[in-house]
Amino acid sequence: MSFSVKKEGEVVVVDVEGQLIVGNRQELKQKVLDELERGEKKFLIDFSQTGYIDSSGLGVLVSLSKKIREQGGELRLANLNDDLKTLFELTKLDTLFQIADTRERALQSF
Amino acid sequence: MPRTERHGRSPDGRVRVVDVEIPNDVRYIERVVELVRRECQVMAYGQRQLMLNVPVALTEALSNAILRGNRDDPAKHVHVRAEVDAERLVVEVGDEGAGFDLEASLIDPTTPENIGREDGRGLFLMRKLMDRVERLEAPHGSVVRMTLHRE
Repeated sequence: MSFSVKKEGEVVVVDVEGQLIVGNRQELKQKVLDELERGEKKFLIDFSQTGYIDSSGLGVLVSLSKKIREQGGELRLANLNDDLKTLFELTKLDTLFQIADTRERALQSF
Repeated sequence: MPRTERHGRSPDGRVRVVDVEIPNDVRYIERVVELVRRECQVMAYGQRQLMLNVPVALTEALSNAILRGNRDDPAKHVHVRAEVDAERLVVEVGDEGAGFDLEASLIDPTTPENIGREDGRGLFLMRKLMDRVERLEAPHGSVVRMTLHRE
């Protein structure tokens, strides 16, 4: 499991490869916070290569969303498969995040 | 590596068993989840159960045991026993802690006042993703048993 960070135009895009769970959530958090400290404002987290997410992974997403907003930035999520969508619906986090079906749509939505 | 690991079938071949004891470290969670998920796959559990219900609920139970029950103490261990047959998965996660009251720990993380919280979704997800979640009395710690019927 790992996170790859790249820049697409003005947007920092993070791909979550594998699981986003208690054992690696801090790594994702730190990578995004580092970019935020560098002054980046637009963030997209892409889940097309993600297996499953646990409650602490969801917690990190909630925390990052707040921190990005506090800095005047925006966070989008993209490419949730049906199981991940169900997870977001069960926790009602689909109401808290801006979620796009594809990476392209997410990038266009900024 | 887990300190002990046994998995296989019951003598009559109808129940598949995973029985492992792992060090108290969240880095072992994925491996245990894979062991249990593989047995469910062999028993032809539904795709959603394999990709969502089993891995997420079991990850929650394991991280509760490691971080709360055993208070992240590296000297402690977590015991996992799963029995899978064509009807249901019963998985027990045991730690060396005093346990917690499942009912008292119940908060609804989906209410407007809780939705922005970073924590508080673990037990909620276990209950949503499993058919039954119960706490058992154990002589030297606490055990959470989760049951999921095959789709």
